[in-house]
Amino acid sequence: MDEIFGIPLPLLFGQLLLGLINGAFYAMLSLGLAVIFGLLNIVNMAHGAQFMMGAFAAWMLLAWFGIGYWWALIIAPIIVAITGIILEKLFISRLYKLDHLYGLLLTFGLALIIEGIFRNEFGSSGLPYRIPPELSGAWDLGFMFMPVYRGWVVVAALVLCLATWLLIEKTRLGAYLRAATERAELVQAFGVNVPRMITLTYGFGVGLAAIGGVLAAPIYSVNPQMGSNLIIVVFAVVVIGGMGSIMGAIVTGFALGIVEGLTKVFWPEASATVIFVIMAIVLLARPAGLFGRA
Amino acid sequence: MSAETTAIGAVAAPAAEEGFWGFSRAQLVGLAALVAALLIGPFLLYPVFLMKLLCFALFAMAFNLLIGYVGLLSFGHAAYFGMGGYIAGHAAKAWGLTPELSIIAGGLVAGLLGVAAGWLAIRRQGIYFAMITLALAQMVYFFCVQAPFTGGEDGIQAIPRGKLFGVIPLDPDMNMYWVVAAVFLLGFLLIHRIIHSPYGQVLKSIKENEPRAISLGYRTDDYKLLAFILSATLAGVAGATKSLVFGIATLTDVHWSMSGEVVLMTLVGGLGTVFGPLIGAGVIVGMQNYLAEMGAWVTVIQGVIFVLCVLAFRRGLVGELASLLKVKL
Amino acid sequence: MRLNRRSLLAAGAATGAFAGHRRSARAQAANTIRLGVLSDMSGPYRDTTGPGSVVLTRQAVQDFGSRGFEVEVLQADHQNKPDVGANIARQWFDQGVDVVIDLPTSSVALAVNNVAREKNKVHLNSGAASSDLTGAQCSPNTVHWTYDTYMLAKSTGAAIVKQGGDSWYFITADYAFGHALERDTANFVRGAGGKVLGAARYPFPATTDFSAFIVQAQASRAKVLGLANASTDTVNAIKAAREFGLQRNMKFAALLMGVVDIKSLGLESAQGLLLTEAFYWDLNDRTRALTERVRAKNEGRPPAMVPAGCYGATLHYLKAVANLGVAQAKASGIEAVNRMKAMPADDDAFGASTIRVDGRCLHPGYLFEVKSPGESRNPWDLYKLVATTPGEEAFRPLAEGGCSLVKT
Repeated sequence: MDEIFGIPLPLLFGQLLLGLINGAFYAMLSLGLAVIFGLLNIVNMAHGAQFMMGAFAAWMLLAWFGIGYWWALIIAPIIVAITGIILEKLFISRLYKLDHLYGLLLTFGLALIIEGIFRNEFGSSGLPYRIPPELSGAWDLGFMFMPVYRGWVVVAALVLCLATWLLIEKTRLGAYLRAATERAELVQAFGVNVPRMITLTYGFGVGLAAIGGVLAAPIYSVNPQMGSNLIIVVFAVVVIGGMGSIMGAIVTGFALGIVEGLTKVFWPEASATVIFVIMAIVLLARPAGLFGRA
Repeated sequence: MSAETTAIGAVAAPAAEEGFWGFSRAQLVGLAALVAALLIGPFLLYPVFLMKLLCFALFAMAFNLLIGYVGLLSFGHAAYFGMGGYIAGHAAKAWGLTPELSIIAGGLVAGLLGVAAGWLAIRRQGIYFAMITLALAQMVYFFCVQAPFTGGEDGIQAIPRGKLFGVIPLDPDMNMYWVVAAVFLLGFLLIHRIIHSPYGQVLKSIKENEPRAISLGYRTDDYKLLAFILSATLAGVAGATKSLVFGIATLTDVHWSMSGEVVLMTLVGGLGTVFGPLIGAGVIVGMQNYLAEMGAWVTVIQGVIFVLCVLAFRRGLVGELASLLKVKL
Repeated sequence: MRLNRRSLLAAGAATGAFAGHRRSARAQAANTIRLGVLSDMSGPYRDTTGPGSVVLTRQAVQDFGSRGFEVEVLQADHQNKPDVGANIARQWFDQGVDVVIDLPTSSVALAVNNVAREKNKVHLNSGAASSDLTGAQCSPNTVHWTYDTYMLAKSTGAAIVKQGGDSWYFITADYAFGHALERDTANFVRGAGGKVLGAARYPFPATTDFSAFIVQAQASRAKVLGLANASTDTVNAIKAAREFGLQRNMKFAALLMGVVDIKSLGLESAQGLLLTEAFYWDLNDRTRALTERVRAKNEGRPPAMVPAGCYGATLHYLKAVANLGVAQAKASGIEAVNRMKAMPADDDAFGASTIRVDGRCLHPGYLFEVKSPGESRNPWDLYKLVATTPGEEAFRPLAEGGCSLVKT
């Protein structure tokens, strides 16, 4: 069988692989969002803007300080995480007692401010950032050429996702965090500094978004709007996966990347909407998402 | 976690004084001021700007019906607003319907869309409800991008205002203004009557304690669905009127950022208040207009307003005023 | 830190009152021509139009000099939303503005086109791509400068086929502009003896990742990759195409791209790209002279194509006003535009041009190839000229447009 539905098999495999790569991006981004929502009950609409800040931080490090990609992978997320912590201390922490929809609105407003400021500073057309030479070039897989950099993205995403999941589900620190979500006063009574843990958790989630930005900078145009295009898809991923579930976000991210990739082959115009169709179906069948706890 | 949180839109109001037609004394004052403003307005300010404001105010009021009085946050309300606009535009331009029929057509189709969406979404609560409405709105957006009658990115252009009842030409801005003001006032009074009817009382009880309402024998899903349909229909009427005023219906009206704007308007004005959406719409539409010449800073300012409202003005301008004066607005 | 509600309310009220005041304090002089630059000041096209268009419009006013009347320039952001744009235009016209200039984004341009016709004012368009502005939607109040989809398609499409690029694969933004670009270019490709092997239409503006479509293009084995999109999408698509090594077997044709986008992509990735522009700062002595005059006011950059169009259109309009008389020009937009069509245009940006009866301004289309980093001698030295299509041939013939102003 040389073709499926008129699409040659090699092309199909190629698209599946590309979908997987995109899925890695979605998984990594939704991971940060899921961590923040799962543990803090804040719907962080500023996530896209923080992703964008990560990319810009990488560009700034290169353009202003000559610091290259590999260092940027570590430094940029730290810088952006610090800005996230400042936001949390100043604004977000005031909302924990309220309906989590207020957190959504607040972070949405913060996103508008951040994007607006960056746009005024840097314009809207994007800044150049090159693929580091060690990662350039492509492998000839026979059915398609696979850029080395994209392979690296998949590996990096998998490592980050696994590490985060291990951290939250299998370590003691993670256990404290999860306990604090359910009974903050009790955990505080045991001597754990809950507010500080929450702040650091937000910073960690923001850092995850930022490192996604650094990974994206060489292949996507670094412009102030780059986050807002992605945020709504990532949001859908988290909702489908289950808003509190780390594993749900990871699995759904990869799965949805593949589904989107297939849609791009068979019905490309619909590839932006298929995620929402799936979201509606999932929410009707399982309101808490695929892996969520209602 | 939810036991400790304060539900969105919870407005702590003093005991309602059931005055004339369900309006409290303070609200009657507000209503009188509103009618006076509607009458004098076009002679002081630019009429087309006022018409835009009134259309968006009606949209915000329709949205507020759902969040303020039923407690449901819909993230996809632009779908009904924009679809109402497209249908009315198509009806006026391609079918040659008179304006009042076009507006009714827009409202009806939006209402039908609300039936379908509401039936799917009502089963869920809180943020999941919001997400489903968003997903459905995205699908409506996609449909509008693809469907030939919407004109895609260009939208439906040159929609004629026509003659009201086949007699009164609406091309002069002042004539159109009176029609829009009338539509707005009708919508305003209609929403108010809904809230202060026995049906409205049941809605209130559902918002405050749904399990209790169910235990009393009310089929709460039906009540919520009806509220959703009414809200969608009125949003459609608002969109239909707007497209006749401007002569265009475009994708901007069904985009998710429009849904976000109506949330912002209602938040700024005051969730669950009678005059809140109107004031909120005034602030946001006014800001877009008067700050257009500041171009690049408009987005930032909108963001700042969002942040300030959530942190300090949670009850919105009208809500804060009401609590200051200790009345119900 | 407690946020004090009273202080915030007071600040808000003060700002509101201030904003209201600015609007009402405008002088209404009968001897003043008022120009309004309506553009994208904060969105994706801000760098290719936006503030640059305002700068170039003011430069045109300055270069026009003083010939017996005052000229005032206003600006506003239409945010790429047709109702915002239409509302601002309407308000401006009702308050004495005579001309709207620029209007990028075709949906806004078409909406404002109708408003200008209704109010009998003037619409000088430089930013929009839709050839409908001089076709089915043509108007006696409108002049369309700089470019449109037909001109881009013909200049890039036909010229590339002549160079040997006779099989094409398109990556198209799935909306009216993308479709128009693809359709017009495909017509020229076939007309010049080439073939179209396929097209992938992706959702606009929701797509960031083009790898799936790049791979499909690769599989098609076409010689040319036609990018029927603009700005960020084009940049992302080219970045992806380079990643997958497409440049080894395919030439890239960017159907709408300009100097700003090339800077954003970087010469390393953009080298070898073929694109059409109506203006380039380094084209001749006159364009260089204009660039020097304007550079310092334009954020240190040379003018891009669309702002240059605002310059040419504004200058020619003002000359027409001087010829016609201020009172006449203010009274009727149609009269002013007719005078613009009767007089030949000449300016530093476009050289000599004429305006046709359908409102289309005819000036040459230039096919450029992007230089490699080694060939570029200064930061904005980006292009080498490959071919020129003269004005009379560059745009759609009068008879084919379907414009009601054209008497057969």
